[in-house]
Amino acid sequence: MVSAELHLGVAIDGAGYHPAAWRVSAAEPAALFTSGHYLQYAKLAEAASLDFVTLDDSLALQSGGEEVVRGRLDALLTLSAIAPVTSRIGLVPTVTTTHTEPFHVSTSVATLDYASRGRAGVLAVPSRTDAEAAHFGRRPAPAEAAAEAENAEVLDVVTRLWDSWEDDAIVRDAATGRFIDRDKLHYVDFEGGFFSVKGPSITPRPPQGHPVTAVYGDSPHAVAADLVVTRADHLDAVRAAAARFPGAKVLATVSIVLAETAQTARDRRRELDALTPFEPVGLSFVGTPAQLAAELPRWAAETGVAGFHLRPAVLPDDLDLLAGEVVPALRAAGAFRSAYRGETLREHLGLGRAVNQYAVTPGA
Amino acid sequence: MTKQIKLAAYFPGVNNTTVWSDPASGSQIDFASFEHLARTAERGKLDFLFLAEGLRLREHAGKILDTDVVGRPNTTAVLAALSAVTTHLGLAGTLSSTFNEPYEVARQVASIDHLSGGRAAWNVVTSPDAWTGQNFRRGGFLEREDRYARAEEFLATVRELWDSWQPGTLLGDKENGVFARDPGKFVHSGPQFDIHGEFTLPRTPQGQPVVIQAGDSGEGREFAAKAADVIFSRHGTLEDGQAFFHDVKRRLSAYGREPGELLIMPAAAFVLGDTDAEAAERAREIRYQQVRPATAIQFLEQVWSRDLSAYDVDGPLPDIDPDPDAAPLTWGRVRHEKDPAALAAKWRALAEEKKLSIRELVIEATARQQFVGSPATVAGAIDEYVQSDAADGFVLAPHLTPGGLDEFVEKVVPHLQERGVFRTEYAGPTLRDQLF
Ligand SMILES: Cc1cc2nc3c(=O)[nH]c(=O)nc-3n(C[C@H](O)[C@H](O)[C@H](O)COP(=O)(O)O)c2cc1C
Repeated sequence: MVSAELHLGVAIDGAGYHPAAWRVSAAEPAALFTSGHYLQYAKLAEAASLDFVTLDDSLALQSGGEEVVRGRLDALLTLSAIAPVTSRIGLVPTVTTTHTEPFHVSTSVATLDYASRGRAGVLAVPSRTDAEAAHFGRRPAPAEAAAEAENAEVLDVVTRLWDSWEDDAIVRDAATGRFIDRDKLHYVDFEGGFFSVKGPSITPRPPQGHPVTAVYGDSPHAVAADLVVTRADHLDAVRAAAARFPGAKVLATVSIVLAETAQTARDRRRELDALTPFEPVGLSFVGTPAQLAAELPRWAAETGVAGFHLRPAVLPDDLDLLAGEVVPALRAAGAFRSAYRGETLREHLGLGRAVNQYAVTPGA
Repeated sequence: MTKQIKLAAYFPGVNNTTVWSDPASGSQIDFASFEHLARTAERGKLDFLFLAEGLRLREHAGKILDTDVVGRPNTTAVLAALSAVTTHLGLAGTLSSTFNEPYEVARQVASIDHLSGGRAAWNVVTSPDAWTGQNFRRGGFLEREDRYARAEEFLATVRELWDSWQPGTLLGDKENGVFARDPGKFVHSGPQFDIHGEFTLPRTPQGQPVVIQAGDSGEGREFAAKAADVIFSRHGTLEDGQAFFHDVKRRLSAYGREPGELLIMPAAAFVLGDTDAEAAERAREIRYQQVRPATAIQFLEQVWSRDLSAYDVDGPLPDIDPDPDAAPLTWGRVRHEKDPAALAAKWRALAEEKKLSIRELVIEATARQQFVGSPATVAGAIDEYVQSDAADGFVLAPHLTPGGLDEFVEKVVPHLQERGVFRTEYAGPTLRDQLF
């Protein structure tokens, strides 16, 4: 069954997904290295009651030459800087898992969840390039299968570390002098194929229990997480991806170029491509806000996805049109919520309460 | 010349000095607590907020320690979040050079410097134990000499990365379509790290984020003299502070540095009262709250490496000696005493001389520098310590989370400002503007 209401996340990277975006965006290039730049887009997305924003990341520079944006802030830290000054929007940074310590991943995502009062997610992605490996010098770049298997293992241990404190472990019992009930803290004693981690976490279980875990669904080795983002570029492949992850919310990436007329949208796309030729990721949409508002529910019904991860070509232009025109049209058609119904990202996405795998008390 | 005092605020987290049993004590983990302390520190025009770090929960006698505050958030994520709710306060975080890699630390600290507009500082610590290493994929046990060798090369590498975008690399020339030219190239080849590539961040607002060192040995001091901007020390009493101050400042010339280029900031607690007598009484009560019976026994067991739970905390010290062969009973607390037998003998002599019970002995023996008195007295004492070169300033460690600094900012800071030894306005937007 396809739910009537879509879930929508939006990418707020750089000056937009198109490599020439920075040349036509109103944003100054230096602003890409400030928090204000990302905050303004997160607020736009929040005003439209979108589910979440994402930020890409990598432990290497973006590929390309002088003509494209190269350099970026740490995604998790950037969204941490946005967390206290937003109130509802979900915050989903990409976090790489090959060179980064799983223990640090678990505490930093948990802390984003604390700073946002329950709005954190994490898109876990392996580091597969030689460039990234050379920045660490400890191991060669892994093959795809190994990297994906390790990625799954990292998400597994990260989730265990979140659960390593039961929700009511802090007791502050002055009578017995105990700050915590240590029986409600658990060593995870994780021994995987790639590494071992003792635990428990240094950070108590985050507000959502489990911040929303997400992976890309185009890898044959991707594990089921709470959220799977598929970057397939045609509907059949999107349908196949949705069918592979029955237990997760599957969202399809759509790169969007919007304008008031279909012709102007095509012209915009052509002008951008003339500056820097580019093949967008995921499904590609070029047209009017009304057309996009008509397409999205139809695509969801045809493929079985729960919603979309939208990549505006140019920021803020395409995000402005998305928030100002596409979202109201979706609402009018009953395909999108008119306001947030809950406080947390899990609630926005309709994900149930995360069960603690160690808790003795059911429901804790 | 009158020296200007530097002041930082320590977030009262996981140790027995944080009095969690006080009704005014709040969460040590909710972001609201960090925000409260940061806003208070900024209201008082303090230089920076300081976060310690420990990457494994403390254990005592094989069990997770449950008597102190337990649990803390991730250092870099908290500092990044704090950058959004402050405008001038420096944001200093402790990150181990043992359980991280230069590329990621360089990137995280530089990201915080960008996000905060130039307010980031990194306290480089060297964690030596395989016990903490069990939480990490790379394990990570290093011998004492090796961990400073690693720390030094780690910091040097981080600085190469921070410098890797030359001025003018980021062009942002929309007209001609040149975003950046040859960004971030680096090659580092040394005994600890052999890495090369491109760094992902332009030069930060401070150019070089501020570097703090906390470590006490000769190697630690030498490392600080060579490379740090600030030392966070334990030497807060007048004579001990002066000795440390002179020892460290003396080391600077060997590296071509001036005494003013390295600031000495010991940790210091404070207790205020309307009168000096009232403050002294409060200080005594607080020490009893900090050293509860179970805590006193744990401190003793830590030195004795024996189960002493049968002893009465209000009675005399055990007459047996520390177990010389036992493995440490306590994990996760920095151990500054290398010779338990000598320490036990010293404690016993002290207890006998002053007729102290176990609890009283621990209260006395583990006391840190404290400024106790009326606001005017405390302001005068801090000023005196700084003017007489026992320190350049202090890292204030309140005993209450998160409201423990409020009283200091409301009552002591105005006295320091009246004396003309503490700023009334921030000097500029960056942490370096405040410190140097
Ligand atoms: C005042 C002070 C604060 C410290 N804070 C931390 C800390 O927050 N986290 C940590 O892992 N180590 C901390 N350390 C430990 C040092 O980094 C170092 O491992 C320890 O002092 C032993 O090194 P040393 O022999 O040079 O003193 C601290 C040390 C001092 C003196």
